[in-house]
Amino acid sequence: MSLPDSRGHFGRYGGRFVPEALQAALNELIAAFDDAWADPQFHADLAKLQRDYAGRPTPITVAESLSQHAGNARILLKREDLNHTGAHKVNNVLGQALLTKRMGKTRVIAETGAGQHGVATATAAALLGLECRVYMGELDTQRQSVNVARMQLLGAEVYAVAAGSRTLKDAMNEAMRDWVTTVDNTHYLIGTVGGPHPFPYLVRELQRVISVEARQQMLDDHGALPDYVAACVGGGSNAIGMFYEFIGDEGVGLYGFEAGGDGIESGRHAATINAGTPGVLHGARTYLLQDEDGQTIESHSISAGLDYPGVGPEHAHLADSGRAVYEPVSDDEAMAAFKLLTQTEGIIPAIESAHAVAGALRLGRRIAEEDPQATPSILVCLSGRGDKDVDTAFSYFGLAGEPDVTVGAFE
Amino acid sequence: MSQFTDPKRLGKSGAIVARCLDEGRPALVAYFPVGYPSVDDSLEVVKAVVEGSQGRGADIVEIGIPYSDPLMDGLVIQHATTRARERGVRVSDAFRAVEAVASKGATPMVMTYWNLVEAYGVDAFARDLSAAGGAGIITPDLPPDDCPEWFEASDAHDVDRVFLIAPSSTDERIRMTMESCRGWVYASSVMGVTGVRDKTSDAAPVIVERARAADPTLPVGIGLGVSNGEQAAEIGSFADLVIVGSALVKTMGSDGRDMAGDLVKLRELSDDLAAGVERARR
Repeated sequence: MSLPDSRGHFGRYGGRFVPEALQAALNELIAAFDDAWADPQFHADLAKLQRDYAGRPTPITVAESLSQHAGNARILLKREDLNHTGAHKVNNVLGQALLTKRMGKTRVIAETGAGQHGVATATAAALLGLECRVYMGELDTQRQSVNVARMQLLGAEVYAVAAGSRTLKDAMNEAMRDWVTTVDNTHYLIGTVGGPHPFPYLVRELQRVISVEARQQMLDDHGALPDYVAACVGGGSNAIGMFYEFIGDEGVGLYGFEAGGDGIESGRHAATINAGTPGVLHGARTYLLQDEDGQTIESHSISAGLDYPGVGPEHAHLADSGRAVYEPVSDDEAMAAFKLLTQTEGIIPAIESAHAVAGALRLGRRIAEEDPQATPSILVCLSGRGDKDVDTAFSYFGLAGEPDVTVGAFE
Repeated sequence: MSQFTDPKRLGKSGAIVARCLDEGRPALVAYFPVGYPSVDDSLEVVKAVVEGSQGRGADIVEIGIPYSDPLMDGLVIQHATTRARERGVRVSDAFRAVEAVASKGATPMVMTYWNLVEAYGVDAFARDLSAAGGAGIITPDLPPDDCPEWFEASDAHDVDRVFLIAPSSTDERIRMTMESCRGWVYASSVMGVTGVRDKTSDAAPVIVERARAADPTLPVGIGLGVSNGEQAAEIGSFADLVIVGSALVKTMGSDGRDMAGDLVKLRELSDDLAAGVERARR
């Protein structure tokens, strides 16, 4: 049976735990998406934007030098960082923005953590002539001020949310509050495979293009399917997009890497599947970080894009079923991989994506210990580029932004 | 006699509504979050809102449980519940508030986001609520067509289930939702979050009318945006329950520093609201 079912369940997860006022809008969205998804013209319009605007298909790069650090594994990178706006987020926003127009709505709202989804939404809104407001936790607006400016340049309004923990989850609450009031003319363009049905399904379908391309590229250009597929998991949209077409390939291991922050034992992390428990947050039943009363616990990660205390319900299901494996990667491991990839391959990854790279390196080394004869291939979703993370890297590595040597000055 | 007579549909809280209607007035429902300004203060508040200053106030008290992600709530309630959480309120404190309301002879209910019930244990929550004297739970984010566990627990422990309908609900959903309720149905009068509004919504009479057409055997409450006696009288002329929340929370203007003064204001508002429902149908 294909998942989700008609009420949005992935096994015991998913659903539509939202105020009644939004149920009608969700039904409208389901109908509009089903209609669009069955319409060849919609697919043609989307494919044209993906090719001529976003730059798809994205290539697969064989990371020869990086692989030297991965035991006997060969690491390949699916280059979502080469998309317009610098991350996989654009796959989703182009589809949902087209859908917004199709529903006759004139305004989109979005939540954003690091700002990547906000920038992508503002970009699609500029392209398609939609009004756009982005909600961002107040703390995140301070951490990611360049992205605030980018959204404003693109013509979007940015609202900082000072409620609660002032991060992504609170931005999502505020976007829901906006939506419940403005649903007549507004589409809530959720950025991840979370939230109430149909979002986890709809966003997955729009991100699926990653694995549709990657699977074919592996067969055409590399002679075989990969042995392992790896991706970072915050809400989990790049991971579900990367995993999806491989789920039926039993020989392909699926690995999701969650933000381990300062380490799970420290309590300061965002490793929802590894250290969370099932509950209901933002419209879906899934794993979440919560205390014994069911209050959401704030997550922590060096990567703002993974700093979320929930996870998409389909990942919760894949974890329970054992089809995918989820492991934590600490801030330090991610930053080491960030530096290694930058210096061995000349690719500055988003810190989010650096979690996937770190996980793949660890996986490769572990396999080499367990089975020295094995030479596995690991296909990593490099979900975004790291330009936005230069400030974080600056402070993490203690860089001063000063030149190494100054020459040519008067004596 | 009111039109509401089926004890199976009315449960505990709907029976109170029917009794009020038999007296010629709608029921007054007061929402207040436990733990604000502190747990002990909130126990005083829920008692005071029942008593008013003349011994006449709310018929039903909806005890809100502060939650980390209150996406249905406007700023007044968000700020109160954030403070309550900072001050250490626990889910189990709601049962103390339930007992406090019951001690004054009014009907206690709980309004809570669903995850708190699930974390407590669905059956255990219903059991402990019932043991404390609570009549039922209002669940703003629980879809009635996807919660078999809650039906089982609420039936087993004889507590009422109140779900919400909204102006955007289809007739079919209104019918399904009302069928799922026991006690009464909570109708949002506006598309939006909780909060004080200057004017009552034009959509309020429409949604009540639609609910009556869908199921005439269940009382209909109107919430969102009722803040004074005048609005209560207006809404109460057609709704069976008038629900007031943010306006009551706002009376705690000193944030606990002057409880005596704030309780005077709260009792006055309670008097005004009680007088409003009293004259609503005269």
